[in-house]
Amino acid sequence: MTTPSAPDMLTLINAQSVALDRIPRHDLETFQRIVSAALHAGQRASAFFGAAADQPGQTDLFIVLAHDNNSQLNLLCTQVEGGHFPSLTPSCPSLHLFEREIAEQFGLRPEGHPWLKPVRYRTSWDSQRDAWQRPRGQAILPGVGDFYRVDGPDVHEVAVGPVHAGIIEPGHFRFQCHGEEVYHLEIALGYQHRGIEEALLQNSGRRGLHYAETLAGDTTIGHATAYCQVLEALAGGFSAVRAQSLRGIALELERLANHVGDLGALANDIGFLPTASYCGRIRGDFLNMSALLCGSRFGRGMVCPGGVGYDMDAARIKDLQTRLTAAEKDTANAVNLLFDTPSVLARFESKGVLPPEMARTLGMVGPAARASGLYRDIRHDHPAGIYRFVHLPLSTWDTCDIFARGYVRWLEIQQSIEFIREQLNAIPAGPIRTKPGPLKPSRLAVSLVEGWRGELCHVALTDAQSLVRRHKIVDPSFHNWMGLAYAMRNQQISDFPLCNKSFNLSYCGHDL
Amino acid sequence: MIKITLARLHQKHRTIRYPDAPPPPLPDRLRGRPLFDAARCQGSCQLCAESCPTGAIEFTADHKPRVDLGKCLFCNDCVQACPQHAIRHSNDYRLAASRREELVVEEGQALQWAHELGKDLKRLLGRSLKLRQVSAGGCNACEADVNVLGTVGWDLGRFGIQFVASPRHADGVLITGPVTQNMQSALMDTYRAVPNPKIVIAVGACAIAGGPFVDHAEVNNGVTNLLPVDLFIPGCPPHPLTILDGLLRLLGRVKD
Repeated sequence: MTTPSAPDMLTLINAQSVALDRIPRHDLETFQRIVSAALHAGQRASAFFGAAADQPGQTDLFIVLAHDNNSQLNLLCTQVEGGHFPSLTPSCPSLHLFEREIAEQFGLRPEGHPWLKPVRYRTSWDSQRDAWQRPRGQAILPGVGDFYRVDGPDVHEVAVGPVHAGIIEPGHFRFQCHGEEVYHLEIALGYQHRGIEEALLQNSGRRGLHYAETLAGDTTIGHATAYCQVLEALAGGFSAVRAQSLRGIALELERLANHVGDLGALANDIGFLPTASYCGRIRGDFLNMSALLCGSRFGRGMVCPGGVGYDMDAARIKDLQTRLTAAEKDTANAVNLLFDTPSVLARFESKGVLPPEMARTLGMVGPAARASGLYRDIRHDHPAGIYRFVHLPLSTWDTCDIFARGYVRWLEIQQSIEFIREQLNAIPAGPIRTKPGPLKPSRLAVSLVEGWRGELCHVALTDAQSLVRRHKIVDPSFHNWMGLAYAMRNQQISDFPLCNKSFNLSYCGHDL
Repeated sequence: MIKITLARLHQKHRTIRYPDAPPPPLPDRLRGRPLFDAARCQGSCQLCAESCPTGAIEFTADHKPRVDLGKCLFCNDCVQACPQHAIRHSNDYRLAASRREELVVEEGQALQWAHELGKDLKRLLGRSLKLRQVSAGGCNACEADVNVLGTVGWDLGRFGIQFVASPRHADGVLITGPVTQNMQSALMDTYRAVPNPKIVIAVGACAIAGGPFVDHAEVNNGVTNLLPVDLFIPGCPPHPLTILDGLLRLLGRVKD
């Protein structure tokens, strides 16, 4: 219970843990008032999630608020009794998907939620409650349910997916169109839902790291780092600086491969084939650099609790430096060609605009947020690991369009290459792995990592026996899918692939 | 135009010459099939089997290790768990097989690499194989490295293999992911929409046996129990060369 003089929120920093009983526990109304005030004062919700409470039938709700300007994270919690709570979404739209997730997982209905639909089309974790009162045993079919509809003469609907026309993950897109113009896009996901949070609840043991590595395969290093960092925080920290440097190198290589690939894909979607084919290949060069580190192009096996799985000797460092220089030249050549071509710019500029105030309202993260002029980057605002020692400048652009989302990637490519080069010249000496200690009981830890798509958030709670009782994962795509839907408004439907690619969000990272 | 030409000169011709020339060098740390050193492994502790995240390692009655490459994530867990340091990974990229049971190999047993399509199918598909790709619950890594085969570095098109935008245009489906409950009906619809005769290719540990998600209520354990599979390509994810090798074996373009 909170005494009247206790602070509203408990402040901690990234990759730190706190005792559960120190987190201020408010009644629901106070909790919502504090959260709403914090969000309106410029804090962001990094995670908002439920956890089964000790008392049967009750649910704890935790929120992690990121205060980017002063590098702090704020925690508070409440408890919900019964099957519903008043929704905060009408006044705090960035919570809309979090509340839908709580509804789906815990059968708690956020009353007054304007868009209360399933997130992943699965049964409630609580066998007694379902937010939509669906009878137990009734099949829950993905993409089946109410979709927003525009009616009127000449208005038509276009449905795409779940299976797409290329080698793409499944998702369902429903467009309301007037001729070519998109009035509204609704996105239904959940097809990739494979039950990772559910499995982590049952204390996954041997598979934990493998789940982290496959949350979003293109973000293996990012999620594995966030996963290990949260466990290390629960065990009381981790100090192998050499491993932190190697993790940083691997994370930036992952960013490079994906950003270069995305620029190629943007070129491909407007039929500018030179850059499309060069970047497609150069992306492979960066993936092969990850494989030089750890044998896997996606960084499998590189990050592990307590450090990293592979070291680099002088010969390997030299090899990586040589490859990096060659890939840097090739990338600059291919990307400058892209941005120097007027017909390319004509297709990128003023398309798919997401204005800063809307990006802030939706809670956007990563390059998509920075391309809307928002200053947020975990490496800069909430540095952990090697980023505490090496400060990366923020790369932003303020035109808020497809060009901006491409150009921010190019700025970040240059920063990442510089970072890796600097690290390679002076990797700290020492062990690459220390045996992590046992997890401490009754604690909560928050771990944030700036993956190439944006903020990866892992929050883990231990019980009195030191077992993980909840492991919450928030992929950047969870924040950003709504941004894509918004950016498509009043655009031509034929520009959807291009606009979609400029965000390049993860289906599996969202679906877990 | 001049800039495009200059860029073209800078970027050079980069398509690999494989299979007419040796494949490009593979990373020295590439993790292929786990190999056991019989002199060191007594088969008594079985800590490797215990550590395996997917239960891919078993021991035979005479204490010989047997690895299911369909389940294997090609991770380091068994290597690190072995107190005798008896396990290492092979660097051989050739892993694809035609039958599920051929992926279960005892120590010392050679892999039975995938064989080519029957005469009739090969006559039909040998020079033009159009595939529909269905991603059914994976992590997008297998998808990414299938996609890579379409880049200029690999140029899958030169073998007549192409990924098409409609099942009606396809000769088969290439499946990734463990087949989530939420993707099962879309996958089955896609398969049914492909005209006969058709083939099925399972790429990656998930599609073959469920991968790290094996036995989750939310997934099927791969496509093996749902559809008749003609080609299994193990890996988590498989290296692009492993995928290409499997496809070329199926078409009879690579034999050894």
